[in-house]
Amino acid sequence: MFHRLLSVVRRQRTGRGWQNWSSGRSGASAAEAHSVALPAQAHVVICGGGIMGTSVAYHLSKMGWKDIVLLEQGRLAAGSTRFCAGILSTARHLSIEQKMADYSNKLYQQLEQETGIQTGYIRTGSIFLAQTQDRLISLKRINSRLNVIGIPSEIISPKKVAELHPLLNVHDLVGAMHVPEDAVVSSADVALALASAASQNGVQIYDRTSVLHVMVKKGQVTGVETDKGQIECQYFVNCAGQWAYELGLSNEEPVSIPLHACEHFYLLTRPLETPLQSNTPTVVDADGRIYIRNWQGGILSGGFEKNPKPIFTEGKNQLEIQNLQEDWDHFEPLLSSLLRRMPELDTLEIMKLVNCPETFTPDMRCILGESPLVQGYFVLAGMNSAGISFGGGAGRYLAEWMVHGYPSENIWELDLKRFGALQSSRTFLRHRVMEVMPLLYDLKVPRWDFQTGRQLRTSPLYDRLDAQGARWMEKHGFERPKYFVPPDKDLLALEQSKTFYKPDWFDIVESEVKCCKEAVCVIDMSSFTKFEITSTGDQALEVLQYLFSNDLDVPVGHIVHTGMLNEGGGYENDCSIARLSKRSFFMISPTDQQVHCWAWLKKHMPEDSNLLLEDVTWKYTALNLIGPRAVDVLSELSYAPMTPDHFPSLFCKEMSVGYANGIRVMSMTHTGEPGFMLYIPIEYALHVYNEVMSVGQKYGIRNAGYYALRSLRIEKFFAFWGQDLNTLTTPLECGRESRVKLEKGMDFMGRDALLQQKQNGVYKRLTMFILDDHDTDLDLWPWWGEPIYRNGQYAGKTTSSAYSYTLERHVCLGFVHNFSEDTGEEQVVTADFINRGEYEIDIAGHRFQAKAKLYPVTSLFTHKRRKDEVELSDLHGK
Amino acid sequence: MPGAAGLRGRAGWRGRARGAPLPAAGSPPPRAVSRPPPRGGWVRLLRSSPPLRARPGLPPPAWSDGSPLLRARPPPPPPLMSISALLSMGRCCCRCCCPRGLWMLSAPCCDDRRMCVCPGPRRIGIPVGSSGLPLFSDAMPAPAQLFFPLLRNCELSRIYGTACYCHHKHLCCPPLYLPQSRLRYSPHPVYATFCRPKESWWQYTQGRRYASTPQKFYLTPPQVNSILKANEYSFKVPEFDGKNVSSVLGFDSNQLPANAPIEDRRSAATCLQTRGMLLGVFDGHAGCACSQAVSERLFYYIAVSLLPHETLLEIENAVESGRALLPILQWHKHPNDYFSKEASKLYFNSLRTYWQELIDLNTGESTDIDVKEALINAFKRLDNDISLEAQVGDPNSFLNYLVLRVAFSGATACVAHVDGVDLHVANTGDSRAMLGVQEEDGSWSAVTLSNDHNAQNERELERLKLEHPKNEAKSVVKQDRLLGLLMPFRAFGDVKFKWSIDLQKRVIESGPDQLNDNEYTKFIPPNYYTPPYLTAEPEVTYHRLRPQDKFLVLATDGLWETMHRQDVVRIVGEYLTGMHHQQPIAVGGYKVTLGQMHGLLTERRAKMSSVFEDQNAATHLIRHAVGNNEFGTVDHERLSKMLSLPEELARMYRDDITIIVVQFNSHVVGAYQNQE
Repeated sequence: MFHRLLSVVRRQRTGRGWQNWSSGRSGASAAEAHSVALPAQAHVVICGGGIMGTSVAYHLSKMGWKDIVLLEQGRLAAGSTRFCAGILSTARHLSIEQKMADYSNKLYQQLEQETGIQTGYIRTGSIFLAQTQDRLISLKRINSRLNVIGIPSEIISPKKVAELHPLLNVHDLVGAMHVPEDAVVSSADVALALASAASQNGVQIYDRTSVLHVMVKKGQVTGVETDKGQIECQYFVNCAGQWAYELGLSNEEPVSIPLHACEHFYLLTRPLETPLQSNTPTVVDADGRIYIRNWQGGILSGGFEKNPKPIFTEGKNQLEIQNLQEDWDHFEPLLSSLLRRMPELDTLEIMKLVNCPETFTPDMRCILGESPLVQGYFVLAGMNSAGISFGGGAGRYLAEWMVHGYPSENIWELDLKRFGALQSSRTFLRHRVMEVMPLLYDLKVPRWDFQTGRQLRTSPLYDRLDAQGARWMEKHGFERPKYFVPPDKDLLALEQSKTFYKPDWFDIVESEVKCCKEAVCVIDMSSFTKFEITSTGDQALEVLQYLFSNDLDVPVGHIVHTGMLNEGGGYENDCSIARLSKRSFFMISPTDQQVHCWAWLKKHMPEDSNLLLEDVTWKYTALNLIGPRAVDVLSELSYAPMTPDHFPSLFCKEMSVGYANGIRVMSMTHTGEPGFMLYIPIEYALHVYNEVMSVGQKYGIRNAGYYALRSLRIEKFFAFWGQDLNTLTTPLECGRESRVKLEKGMDFMGRDALLQQKQNGVYKRLTMFILDDHDTDLDLWPWWGEPIYRNGQYAGKTTSSAYSYTLERHVCLGFVHNFSEDTGEEQVVTADFINRGEYEIDIAGHRFQAKAKLYPVTSLFTHKRRKDEVELSDLHGK
Repeated sequence: MPGAAGLRGRAGWRGRARGAPLPAAGSPPPRAVSRPPPRGGWVRLLRSSPPLRARPGLPPPAWSDGSPLLRARPPPPPPLMSISALLSMGRCCCRCCCPRGLWMLSAPCCDDRRMCVCPGPRRIGIPVGSSGLPLFSDAMPAPAQLFFPLLRNCELSRIYGTACYCHHKHLCCPPLYLPQSRLRYSPHPVYATFCRPKESWWQYTQGRRYASTPQKFYLTPPQVNSILKANEYSFKVPEFDGKNVSSVLGFDSNQLPANAPIEDRRSAATCLQTRGMLLGVFDGHAGCACSQAVSERLFYYIAVSLLPHETLLEIENAVESGRALLPILQWHKHPNDYFSKEASKLYFNSLRTYWQELIDLNTGESTDIDVKEALINAFKRLDNDISLEAQVGDPNSFLNYLVLRVAFSGATACVAHVDGVDLHVANTGDSRAMLGVQEEDGSWSAVTLSNDHNAQNERELERLKLEHPKNEAKSVVKQDRLLGLLMPFRAFGDVKFKWSIDLQKRVIESGPDQLNDNEYTKFIPPNYYTPPYLTAEPEVTYHRLRPQDKFLVLATDGLWETMHRQDVVRIVGEYLTGMHHQQPIAVGGYKVTLGQMHGLLTERRAKMSSVFEDQNAATHLIRHAVGNNEFGTVDHERLSKMLSLPEELARMYRDDITIIVVQFNSHVVGAYQNQE
């Protein structure tokens, strides 16, 4: 059958060095397979013999780990790997994904040489077609990012496309991107080659062995229960693909791995009359929702339809995926699209319509990393049908993580801990993947929000705000207001508002920002993660002093901005900690830190019954009162003086607001603007909100959303963890030396690394860029990930950007590196180096001049408009 | 009003209008309008709902159009008189007129729509002209008079609206009953004389109310579906060992109301003591009481008639000794198909009397039961029981009233009995049974298995004439109606056409007040000399099923008057076979090119998206019946408008529709054939 054709490798089956698999011979009878005993113990057990499992095994063994066992429930390289279309494409939206794909490409290329197993690797290159200008912009953005990491690619004209591929209809194209080094492989053979190499390095591979569940003791993996006996182990790697979710749930303490399978269809044809060259480029027509590659002189074409068919929601754990039913009616739109793109195929004979399950995740990114609950339980799954592209790189990063304790790149975007248990509902997954799968080929525009699986976690004020015109975004399942549409204002419909240019909410956010600057605004920030750490004695302080980089031994009532650093000095979390009493601390971190931070603290806190860590996120509604008049509102509501003398900045106090008592009021706003955060026990939320709004009326109060907050904090050079900061950036690299207790002689995590860095100097530096010649109305807007050029040389990438209504310019934050012109090596970055450069930011191939700043533009923000303010407040009062 | 002349269409109306007393001085028009009501404009002024003609695409109802009809309309009736009379109409469910153009009114007898005993839509008309107008004002209850000034505008508008339809209908009702679609305006020569330029009519309306932009009120496809599917029911004959041994695969049924409440009923049941399946549709008139009773009871009578002697004895013994009764029927009911609990005891006793008589009659010699005879007996017996129960009455006042309502209202019935290859259809009235036959070339043809019992049926006319003296030959069927009143020539109930005048008077006088107050029941048909004029005896057709007989459609005349039988059979046939087309396709080992596959898929998709959104053949048929445009395809806009018609208007455009589609199992039928 065609599988045989697809996996050319079977021919070599008798030949090479993989007979030393313990039972890997597919010809082995069942009885024989049963006779092979599993080892009683191992260092690592990998579950899953697809491309992911074999890649992890390959890299672990390469890094010198021994005693690795790989278990596969069916045959090696079966499952999705066998059915994979085998397209390796580096044109990805995330840098980390680009890097993974690039590494995979290089790995597969030399794999045949290394193992002697043919992998079907052919460098064909790929062409990404654009039918619309917007698509072309999207491609240009990818193009400029590919170039800076050393992957050649170019934007080409339709005419050039026709030259590259003889069959393409190019009449409706506006352009295309050509990536010449992309390749096609036989995915099953790649997996077999990796397995073979791993096996040569001592990895023991057992097929027809199912993992039943993973044994865990005290939050640590102790072994694996299989249908053929137990194996003791320290590490378990879940590479079970679409069954990873089920396997995770089978644990006594379930590990939540949110992914779900959908049926995926592709078409195989017989060869053309003049068979296609084997190096004919792969074509991706995202507007037509299809991909086309050459396949044995004919073509292989599939796509991501608008109406996906999710499967296995109830979780059928079959031994091997049987070939699912072909559904031609379902494939019809894609077939139409194919014939439109290649009209000459009309007479080509069909060979087969393949239906194979592909796994998708709730946010279109793969899942990689360690379980937050079970130490030693690693996961690599949920490839969103890019398994072949990511296989090599993802395997490598996971292996690095296991061997070194952390990967060499920042993989937060792919980290399992970005999800919590709340993303593991079957219904949620089923609905969300139905949105995700078509989104793979949809246009990805800035500030896109998922539409499904919403309104899961909401603040008690949700309905109130919604009625006032709030538009919502979702973070970690929590609904947050983006901005508030005034009653008389109509925004574009969802589809029309997708743009790379100035968005339709520009004016709305402007008025919200203005109000924050001149009067007062309320932002519901309940989504932020809130922990309380208390102890009977001084344990809490001791632990925190070690885990956090700033000095927390401050008087009660003070708030400290601090980082939670890893051994390398990089930010694991960036948070604000208020000292509520001698022995208790209140910690505020970004929304998506809920799982990660919890896991980190749990891992590093001693087992001590006197030390209590509690997640109080759900207990408090947080209101952010931003603006010069916040003081007036609050003092009127509490009959307490709120002036800086009585209530200095970064201060926390429990007080009454309206009728409600025990509100934690903090004099900070996360934006650098004056104002207060109110942490309100949820039952008071509505009352306090109503009071604030009614009292605030005469001060011109209004609701605001996160977009206003974002604009405010970026123009003030406030970096946010998860966007600007990550596990590989240190406080010294972002000018936060003042927030580190290096001089106090106290030990804390990451201190050595920081001291080292202080001595050697930093190799990158967070810098703020103000775009000079950027026309807000006409030019493409920056987003994040735009390359930064210093004196014409690539110097780094932006991490976030926003329009500053105060500066009336776009502001981007980004890291500047100093790559040696000769060797490309990274060199020390000094303030002088930054200041002396001429900078440009590349937005979709167009470079805009930018001014670099290492510190916020303070002069613009001084309070010199007292008179105006008074007048304005009078205006609002009326 | 002079009798004969007064019974003639518009002449009658005019006569009455002219003869009507002027409004009493000081009695204001229902709503303070400073200027005199424009001719024919009352209704428009008082309507609070948007003008109907504002709905684009829908043929405007006659009254709202600036049409010749409206021109022809005389001044509105005197407010006091008409409102009270019309009020009763509004509350009763009758909203049509007698064929001769006279007001058809019921006395304001009913407080509850369900209890209402009044002439059903268009089946019966009562000439009230002869009894004179005072009758109405007399009959009007005092409260209505008192309430009159307080009536809310909307109420008035509804009433007026109702009045208007009636009033118009007589103008457009030609002597023959016209299908509802004929109510739409068409330039019929008859109207020509009344025709004046459209514009001149508009001047009466002062332009204001009518200049408003058409208000859009469309139902979305899901809303349409929820209306159409509200009553749908499907039954699949269960399989044993993966085999369906019955000649019936299953059936789909559905009904769409036009009257409120709907007067149609349906029943389906499997006979448990004998083989066979019973399916029937029942079209009620003058209320739903009779059709309801027949739908509950008829199948029991049929089943009992079919039972062999021993089984009857067994059952009787069981009842006698208080043992559990053998179940006779397994009902296949939609949740909306209710059984009246109150009357069950009464009904059971009548049934028991019937089987006791059967036991007494049968000496146990002939074991062969003739289905045809059984059906006829059952029909006649049930009608007889209905009649008897009404004459005897019941000590329970509710039941007493119920049996009278059943007897004074009427129902037609069309029942199919399928047992193996033997198909019997027993029909009384004008519902129809149609067999869908697939010819060798795959095309569909319709075989009618029942005869309509109405004026279009020569043999029925003949029968009626023979049953009555020669001198009645002219009066027994007038204007295609029995005694000029009733459209179907056979029906259950309708004792007004069955009992002698004496009996009627006696029963009404001794009956409950509600009945006594009811003008309709009191009224004796004209030329009523030699009752009975009406029978419930069915005409039974036998058909031996062949493999090419794929399905049977049983439907009330609501369907048949909107669709031709050929179209019905074709649509159902294509629907049922189309279902098979939707099986997935596989390339298998065949040589198929991408182009060929693409063509095939596009074709399938076109088919899928347009028509096959129903899972129920009856729903599918209703969708076509209501929503078909001139091209014979379902037009959503039209469908949406038809279904969003207000209650009062719906009856103008369509009748209640009830459909049962029985699908036959060709394999089993074929196997029967081969056995012989």
